[in-house]
Amino acid sequence: MTTTKEAQLTATLETPSAPTNERVGSVSAAAYRIRHHALNMGEVQGQGYVGQALGAADMLATVYSDQLNYRAEDPEWEARDRFLLSTGHYAIGHYAALAEAGIVPISELETYGSDDSRLPMSGMSTYTPGMEISGGSLGHGLTIAVGMALGLRYQGSDARIYNFLSDGELDEGSTWEAAMGAHHHQLGNLTAMVDINALQADGKTDTVLRTEPVTEKWESFGWYTQRVDGNDVGALLAAFDNAAAQAAAVGRPSVILCDTKVGRGVTLLEEREKAHFMRIEEHEWQTCREQLTAGYEGKASA
Amino acid sequence: MSTTATAAVPKPKLKTSAMIASFADPGQKTAPAPFGHALVKAAQENDKIVGLTADLGKYTDMHIFAQAFPERFFQMGMAEQLLFGAAAGLAETGLIPFASTYSVFAARRAYDFLCLDSAEPNLNVNIVGGLPGLTTGYGPSHQATEDMAIFRGMPNLTIVDPCDSIDIEQAVPQLAASEGPTYLRLLRGNVPTVLDEYGYTFELGKAKVLRGGNDVVFISSGLMTMRALQAAKALAEHNVDVAVVHTPTIKPFDAATVLAEINTDRLAVTLENHSVIGGLFETVASAVVTAGLGKRVVPVALPDQFLDAGALPTLHDRYGLTVQKIMAKVLAELK
Repeated sequence: MTTTKEAQLTATLETPSAPTNERVGSVSAAAYRIRHHALNMGEVQGQGYVGQALGAADMLATVYSDQLNYRAEDPEWEARDRFLLSTGHYAIGHYAALAEAGIVPISELETYGSDDSRLPMSGMSTYTPGMEISGGSLGHGLTIAVGMALGLRYQGSDARIYNFLSDGELDEGSTWEAAMGAHHHQLGNLTAMVDINALQADGKTDTVLRTEPVTEKWESFGWYTQRVDGNDVGALLAAFDNAAAQAAAVGRPSVILCDTKVGRGVTLLEEREKAHFMRIEEHEWQTCREQLTAGYEGKASA
Repeated sequence: MSTTATAAVPKPKLKTSAMIASFADPGQKTAPAPFGHALVKAAQENDKIVGLTADLGKYTDMHIFAQAFPERFFQMGMAEQLLFGAAAGLAETGLIPFASTYSVFAARRAYDFLCLDSAEPNLNVNIVGGLPGLTTGYGPSHQATEDMAIFRGMPNLTIVDPCDSIDIEQAVPQLAASEGPTYLRLLRGNVPTVLDEYGYTFELGKAKVLRGGNDVVFISSGLMTMRALQAAKALAEHNVDVAVVHTPTIKPFDAATVLAEINTDRLAVTLENHSVIGGLFETVASAVVTAGLGKRVVPVALPDQFLDAGALPTLHDRYGLTVQKIMAKVLAELK
């Protein structure tokens, strides 16, 4: 491999251009609204993957409010960047992000998971504008992303492809088939973002199937690898800026490994025993919203 | 089986179980790599067509396309989940992928990726499966005897079981032009040319009556249409008049044409290079029952079991796919 180039990339990683306070503030505000939407959607259903949505809200906000090139009024715009939700059950968070992006009306969010809604519990491209793929059968997203990256590059598009996956999906062999394929084909237009919340359906990731050392795995697969606190907007922005700086039609694919906290932003949920499908009692939703707002306003004014 | 025990005895000449054995008869007219050449021709006329394979380009005739259009060919390595996930991704960007591997790997190993990534969004992804049914002597790891049974349950998927080089050449551009995913049971290498004698053209979704006959009607697909035609000729010498209906599209099935032929006093026989479970026989049987016809249908098909390894002629004879076995079955039925 071109060691000089990789050394340069590493140097870029060590000296990230610091995102401005304005950008951090703007993304943080978007993340707050995404969390708020997710709580409202969860309350209608009385259940749902609220914990994951809260944990991933900063990642989603960074992509949709700062990085992604799209047209809200034309979700099929040919030159758009693609955001693929591989983890279909994170749809609650993705719908909130699509609402924040102006692609789905905020008023429609309350239909989440209901009969005939465009917003099913598990995300599907055939239901929802702005939803590029039907995720949910885990380990698919990155394989599709490889094809999209090849296809767009072949057709001369400089659009970028972001694939959102979870640490649980690192269990799937197909994820690593795709990781090899992306490196083999030098898909520099592809960025994977991995939500490492260390939680799977049957328990903590390290008790279900150990995936660590995650950073070394991706590096050894030839990816430009960064690992950040996925609930630190400044760190996320710096990492995405780094990935954007080295993105190219032909080059190393990049991965941003994001350590997140399930239920982030709502103390009651952050402290509750973590579960894949978090139970929230009817009377607790308002408390959740109040804690979210108090936390956000406290931070924003600090 | 022990070689040591028979070491002193002169060994009989052994038949080999080649990976890709030809089922063409000696001296039969054949065409080389009809799929590869048809894909090149289609790609010359449609710049959206791209090709992929999972380390089986040479064995699925995809190498012809790769040589002609290197910039439109993507080698995905021995990674079938990636192969079909990426094929869906390519289709999402407006391209028309043809993705090849062996049928066993497409049907058994990558089903979830075909089902959810291509079939659910109804993308124009064209699956090309080599070694369908019993076309290799390698045993169950390579013999896709139940591929149609697996795939028939997948909504939106079109399934094509071609007979010969004519079928393949004419099917490829139609598969590219049709909406939604397709599965082609590939015949590769030097593929027999059979249907040119019958004034035949392939039409996606259509069954064709290749010849008429008063005593028996064969409903066949894939290479078994070749055998059906040969058996029909041979049965004529026994004063048995056999009609042959070729149904290269298994799904959606041309029930109207087939039922019109079956709903007569003739003996009805289905012939397929596939398990008796879930393939052409059951497709025909369900059409017959749905239409309320009280008609017996006799299947010529592979048994519901894991087949032996061995030489292809031996195995075709053992499992009833040869012309001789077809004739014997028909004559027994007519007694």
